[in-house]
Amino acid sequence: MCTYLTEKVSISGSAKGPAGWIRVTDASGYFDHPVHAQAEHTLNIDFLDPSAGPSARVAVELTAESARALAKAIQSTLDSAPPGLIT
Amino acid sequence: MYDAMLAETVTITGYNGDEIEAYSARTLRDGPVGGVVVIHHLPGYDRQTKEFTRRFAAGGLNAVMPNLYHREAPGADPDDAMAAARAGGSIPVPDERIVGDVAGAAAYLRGLSNSNGKVGVIGHCSGGRQSFLAAVSLPLDAAVDCYGGFVVGPPPEGHPLHGSPPLVERAGDLSCPLLGLFGAEDQHPSPEHVAELEAALKAHGKTYEFHSYEAASHAFLQVDRPSYRPEAAVDAWQHIWAWFGRYLLSSFDRRGVVSCALT
Repeated sequence: MCTYLTEKVSISGSAKGPAGWIRVTDASGYFDHPVHAQAEHTLNIDFLDPSAGPSARVAVELTAESARALAKAIQSTLDSAPPGLIT
Repeated sequence: MYDAMLAETVTITGYNGDEIEAYSARTLRDGPVGGVVVIHHLPGYDRQTKEFTRRFAAGGLNAVMPNLYHREAPGADPDDAMAAARAGGSIPVPDERIVGDVAGAAAYLRGLSNSNGKVGVIGHCSGGRQSFLAAVSLPLDAAVDCYGGFVVGPPPEGHPLHGSPPLVERAGDLSCPLLGLFGAEDQHPSPEHVAELEAALKAHGKTYEFHSYEAASHAFLQVDRPSYRPEAAVDAWQHIWAWFGRYLLSSFDRRGVVSCALT
């Protein structure tokens, strides 16, 4: 099924795509049909700079298991950063 | 067997008089032939649904697929357009906009020089829902719903469609015969949803034909997805051709077109 559900968040950072590095200001996360990954539904993340048009996008499509593992790894990495580095 | 066609990007007039992109695939038969509006799934105006569209033209019908995300991202790659529509809050696309775009696509087909004036609609996944939506909203000649979710039953709390009345409540407005193709292992729509839709159509005396395939789930027609089920898909395509042949063509034309499509 198409879930339609989309979570959006404002972000600050950069991402690299075929055209090189872009500034990213927005991210969308959704669990829906992928375009490329060979699974029926995947956790998809779009890193976006809407001010630069629809093609200013770096996209990933991850199986649910991979996405959970990645989320855990991101959280763990942030939690273990030396004190004072995260402001 | 005559299978020549012309496939190209065109501009049609959709909802609110907006000019939107569409993918047109037209048989080069003199006609008269019927036309099919193809509604893409939520991932967008993609290569796979363009292949669907060309298949109708190769079989002897005219077909056109409106790009439902054109307004959000004109000229963008289909997946970028989908992402832009999501980020901009345009998904789900409002029902009235979809109906307007399908109406524009139907007008485009009726205006072709080889048209017999008849138009059907088909969609897969979310497009299956939109196919039913179009068929209860517009005067059409045939409709095909390929495993469209959220036709029956209220979408859950927090879902973007939550709060809108289920489309099944409009079954009495169905303007044309409906072919439904479903996977028995699908949960959206589930076999219970399919049974409820069938009961509503029966109660209103509508013409319909449903096929549910064992060992098939959602998106069993998608040839490059893990959900593809060739046995179900081959049978489903035979039903699609028979349906559009019956309702979009004269009996004389039907013999030539449908036999061409299935050989």
